[in-house]
Amino acid sequence: MAKDYIIDIQHLSKSFGDKKVLDDINFYIRRGEFITLLGPSGCGKTTLLRQIAGFIAPDEGKILLEGKDISGIPPYERPLNTVFQRYALFPHLDVYDNIAFGLKLQKVPPKEIEVRVKKMLKMVSMTDYEDRSVDSLSGGQQQRVAIARALVNYPKVLLLDEPLAALDLKMRKDMQLELKEIHRKMGITFIYVTHDQEEALTLSDTIVVMNEGKIQQIGTPMDIYNEPVNCFVADFIGESNILKGRMIRDRRVAFIKHEFDCVDEGFGEDVPVDVVVRPEDIYFTKDPAKCQFKATVNSCIFKGVHYEMWVDTDTGYELMIQDYDPYEVGTEVMLYIDPDDIQVMHKERTRNVLEATVVDSNHVSMLGAEWECEVPEDASAGDVFTAEIPFEKVDLLDHQEDGKLSGEVHFLLYKGDHYHLTILTDEGDRLWVDTNDIWDKGDLVGIDIPPEGIKLIRK
Amino acid sequence: MKANKLFAQLYLWALLLLMYAPIVIIAIFSFTEAKVLGNWTGFSLNLYKNLFSGSVHSSLFSAIKNTLSIGILSALFSTALGSIAAVGIYNLRGFKKRAVVFMNDIPMLNPDIITGIALFLLFVAAGLTQGYLTVLLAHISFCTPYVVLSVMPKLKQMNPNVYEAALDLGAKPHQALLRVILPQIRPGMISGFILSFTLSIDDFAVTLFTKGNQGLETLSTFIYADARKGGLTPELRPLMTVVFLVVLALLVIINFRTLKTKQQ
Amino acid sequence: MAKTVNRSVWAAPYAIFLLLFVALPLVMVLLYAFQDKSGSITFANFVKFFNTPEDVHTFLYSIEIAVITTVLCLVLGYPAAWIMSNSSLNRSSITVVLFILPMWINMLIRTLATVALFDFLRAPLGEGALIFGMVYNFLPFMIYPIYNTLNKMDKSYTEAAQDLGASPRHVFAKVVLPLSMPGVASGILMVFMPTISTFAVAELLTMNRIKLFGTTIQENINSGMWNYGAALALIMLLIIGITTVFSGGDKDIEENGGLI
Repeated sequence: MAKDYIIDIQHLSKSFGDKKVLDDINFYIRRGEFITLLGPSGCGKTTLLRQIAGFIAPDEGKILLEGKDISGIPPYERPLNTVFQRYALFPHLDVYDNIAFGLKLQKVPPKEIEVRVKKMLKMVSMTDYEDRSVDSLSGGQQQRVAIARALVNYPKVLLLDEPLAALDLKMRKDMQLELKEIHRKMGITFIYVTHDQEEALTLSDTIVVMNEGKIQQIGTPMDIYNEPVNCFVADFIGESNILKGRMIRDRRVAFIKHEFDCVDEGFGEDVPVDVVVRPEDIYFTKDPAKCQFKATVNSCIFKGVHYEMWVDTDTGYELMIQDYDPYEVGTEVMLYIDPDDIQVMHKERTRNVLEATVVDSNHVSMLGAEWECEVPEDASAGDVFTAEIPFEKVDLLDHQEDGKLSGEVHFLLYKGDHYHLTILTDEGDRLWVDTNDIWDKGDLVGIDIPPEGIKLIRK
Repeated sequence: MKANKLFAQLYLWALLLLMYAPIVIIAIFSFTEAKVLGNWTGFSLNLYKNLFSGSVHSSLFSAIKNTLSIGILSALFSTALGSIAAVGIYNLRGFKKRAVVFMNDIPMLNPDIITGIALFLLFVAAGLTQGYLTVLLAHISFCTPYVVLSVMPKLKQMNPNVYEAALDLGAKPHQALLRVILPQIRPGMISGFILSFTLSIDDFAVTLFTKGNQGLETLSTFIYADARKGGLTPELRPLMTVVFLVVLALLVIINFRTLKTKQQ
Repeated sequence: MAKTVNRSVWAAPYAIFLLLFVALPLVMVLLYAFQDKSGSITFANFVKFFNTPEDVHTFLYSIEIAVITTVLCLVLGYPAAWIMSNSSLNRSSITVVLFILPMWINMLIRTLATVALFDFLRAPLGEGALIFGMVYNFLPFMIYPIYNTLNKMDKSYTEAAQDLGASPRHVFAKVVLPLSMPGVASGILMVFMPTISTFAVAELLTMNRIKLFGTTIQENINSGMWNYGAALALIMLLIIGITTVFSGGDKDIEENGGLI
């Protein structure tokens, strides 16, 4: 057992009602590191943090602090302190008494309290503010007091729950730098929760990307950005072109109907994959020898530092490119991608796989509805089959009541020439759909599957 | 535009004049000794003197005493019960919360006469001798909802994390409650107390039905009995003026407090 | 297991208190209304009501007085509420407080004050005095909820209406008035409810010449006719219930009734 793990989280699970918010979470945190739990809202990151702090009891699993399970210890006995999202300063106490709150409870002598509070105020650049009422402080100042209030107790770990979310952009950038500086000075382990990927990349030693209660990827900011393990991470961190591809053999991949050299090996031959190319990694060239494919610029927007362009490739795909030099709309350009910059990922799935029960000679029941489809002749009612439904065979309808099922667009990815959607049905099942129609996250849709889209396979 | 404003102001103040005229008349005629209201027999403070020197009926004196003691006691009990309940209700969820909130609304929505009769029937059925205790219970039952209603907003305004923050900083649950929650709901508790006191000393209908026939009177029931006998005891004029001023003062205090917190 | 702190049990004593002193008493009313003196279940109390022309008449007359009072309060109160919520017509909040304060002053004292006013003016006590006294008593209950709704109304609605070409008259008729309806509804409820249930007020204002339904109930209870009294109380509750449903629920009472 490596002794520099300050926190070790083992098989942690938590459900609220029917909803599983954390599903078998495992990871460890090294002493003194700045670790960030990153994910969209509802991914379980805050629940995880609150379990570490002790406000929520886990259903299953352990939280080890320096090797000892603390999941049974109440929050007021844990040597951890939290900086809350909206600061949670005590409005009836002034700045000094807010910071001294924890020390007074520990019955630290007043002389020492004064020394420590003053030291903390200095550290967060809030000297001279000790008599101020907390209501009279700006958001940034309240934030500093909240940090000082937590750190003055010398916690073993500092937990920060989206501490900068309520600040404006400029203030947020300044505070990021200060946080990093405080972390360096104090040498305390920081666990930081945020949904802001840029913030996570700036601050962290290690990032834990979460989605839907599961850890998607753990790594340094560089790892996560350059080598996302799946479409979710690629899409969530930074901008990216996510495309359907095919591994031809080791170090050779095909996508957008062109073939490229790459550095990935071990996928096998002729295997469907997903390919991620960052927009800044597609280069313009004037040299026909370097050109791998041609495209026409269809939009060009100035983004401050760089230009963001969308191009239509000669093979009918749409790609995003970022470059310092603009190209006029309508220009035909030559493009190439370095083998290093092509990130190949295993496909998470290639079709919907569901369980279907035979109802009669041409109907099955699945997803809580009955569907017409071709049923093998030797099957009888009640038999259970595996149903395979290709992504493009699921029809989405504008009006919920027009479909056999209704659901909500839960997640979407643009894959260069079509959208790949995750649909959450009202029953809570997931369906994946490829479509050319434009939908937004949260749209309510009707769902229909034609008989020829359902293929039954005996289990 | 000017003319509009003048007209609007005129309307408001005319309406206010109409509304306050009766009280003003009583206040004016509290400074004269005439038996029949409307006769002015010269300025005199004698009615006030009679009132405060205790040379009025001993029954009026005991009515005043009862009103005050019931007011204070019911305000105290209501504030304690209502504040604890508010914290509980704030933490309740779902059906239980709706049920308690619904029941809490009933005394405020129910007409006084129904509340009075209902409690009367309860006390009769329970075989309780009606008197001081039943009046007190009745008053607590219609005052407490207002305490809950005054404390609840303070809990809702509170950052939900402050309690957790206190625990996080090492406070045990009871310490967090005393040091963090209580100071924040205190203004609501004080408003609730004053409100309960006002409601209690003002109540007439519920008291009338629950006071029994052992001779217990509060100010309202005394005035009612007196008025029914035909013609008010002259001393009631200064008394009503004083009661009006006291209630007015308490209400101004509450409103001022509310205004101040709103500005913050 | 780390105990997640839950204080919802703190509601328990009050919940029991409410059951005992709020719910149970109402159940008692129900029980008494459907029982005779000996305690057996019966509809006789309600039959008796319909067979007593005097009581039916009092009941209908009370509704009439309550409707008149409510309409007068609305006619007088709406303009006042509108003026107070309109910053170009009225800047001070003193008037608001002055209008609200009487809500909390003992109705009996206010009624006796009205009697004193009529005596002072040598005006006869009777139906006129009764209606004046009622309006005087309940006007604040109409003004306050309407004022509250108007005051909380987003000013950008009227600006948007003006922007779209509505004249001041149209702004009022098409935007302000419809949006203030919830306030009007709860105002109507808050006036109608106490007017229909008041007692003592009428006796004092009319020298016992006019009797309202509240007094009928009180007299029956006082003279030991508990079952009949309870039945009459239930009839009154029914009327109030119907009004509540028609005026769109009690949400606003909870918000507005508290003063704070």
